[in-house]
Amino acid sequence: MASPSSFWSKAFRDAIKSGVFIAKIYCFLHVTTNHLGFMAYAYGPSMTPTLHSSGNVLLAERITKRSQKPSRGDIVVIRSPENPNKTPIKRVIGIEGDRISFVIDPRKNDQSETIVVPKGHVFVQGDYMHNSRDSRNFGPIPYGLIQGRVLWRVWPFQDFGPLEPTLT
Amino acid sequence: MGIQNLLWQVAKKSFTGSIIGLTISDRCCSVVPVRGDSMSPTFNPQKNSYLDDYVLVDKFCLKDYKFARGDVVVFGSPTHYRDRYIKRIVGMPGEWISSSRDVIRVPEGHCWVEGDNKTSSLDSRTFGPIPLGLIQGRVTRVVWPPQRLGKIS
Repeated sequence: MASPSSFWSKAFRDAIKSGVFIAKIYCFLHVTTNHLGFMAYAYGPSMTPTLHSSGNVLLAERITKRSQKPSRGDIVVIRSPENPNKTPIKRVIGIEGDRISFVIDPRKNDQSETIVVPKGHVFVQGDYMHNSRDSRNFGPIPYGLIQGRVLWRVWPFQDFGPLEPTLT
Repeated sequence: MGIQNLLWQVAKKSFTGSIIGLTISDRCCSVVPVRGDSMSPTFNPQKNSYLDDYVLVDKFCLKDYKFARGDVVVFGSPTHYRDRYIKRIVGMPGEWISSSRDVIRVPEGHCWVEGDNKTSSLDSRTFGPIPLGLIQGRVTRVVWPPQRLGKIS
């Protein structure tokens, strides 16, 4: 027959053990999502027809951004230079040293501009250029703002599969 | 085999310890050395001293990216993405900064950083305002050498 005080001390020890276990799970999840790969929910019209505007669940990885620079055609998750709390998804059109010519606002007129992407920066653009805020508006972004590279679409299940690195 | 079991236990414990340490360093705070004298006299006040200052970098501020003018921050370089610099924020979005020739407005989502030692500091006067998304933490105190232990202004 266990006495009341040993019951509470056993319960306390069990609570500590579960707390430690939950902390270990949290740390493991944090390391995986911040250093290996993460799932992202993407919505919005700026990447149609590649991504549906009503919503996709994508798998993005963070491993290659440490060792190599992004290449043209990659779809990347970036931290917006206009609002650091937002993480839009765009495609890399030009890397450092490229000369990019683009139409500033296809809805208004045909006026175009040519820039050279500076060192350490990339030029990103949405696939649907008529409704996308990207480097045509805020300029080329530094590599440090790239959060990860999108590899795979998980949902909707009809389109489960890899996302091509080049513009279709 | 006792040795094999012991090695396996050591490996498991060090793996768990490194995962927890990495999480604390990313989410809570970390200690980094200050190299160079671009932040004298706040850090490394003596030139050519053999001991660098070590500072505590707080990571809780990265949740909402809320910063204020006067914060000393660690950020990734906009031109060399592997390098990290420590400088002070002197301009928040919407403010006007006067550099040598003209007056510049800091755009939304960016900040203007300068070193305290203006004569030898590579900062926004060279590479322009930096996006807030490049910031990796805020420096709150000096932890080494012990003579200068304490909060910074």
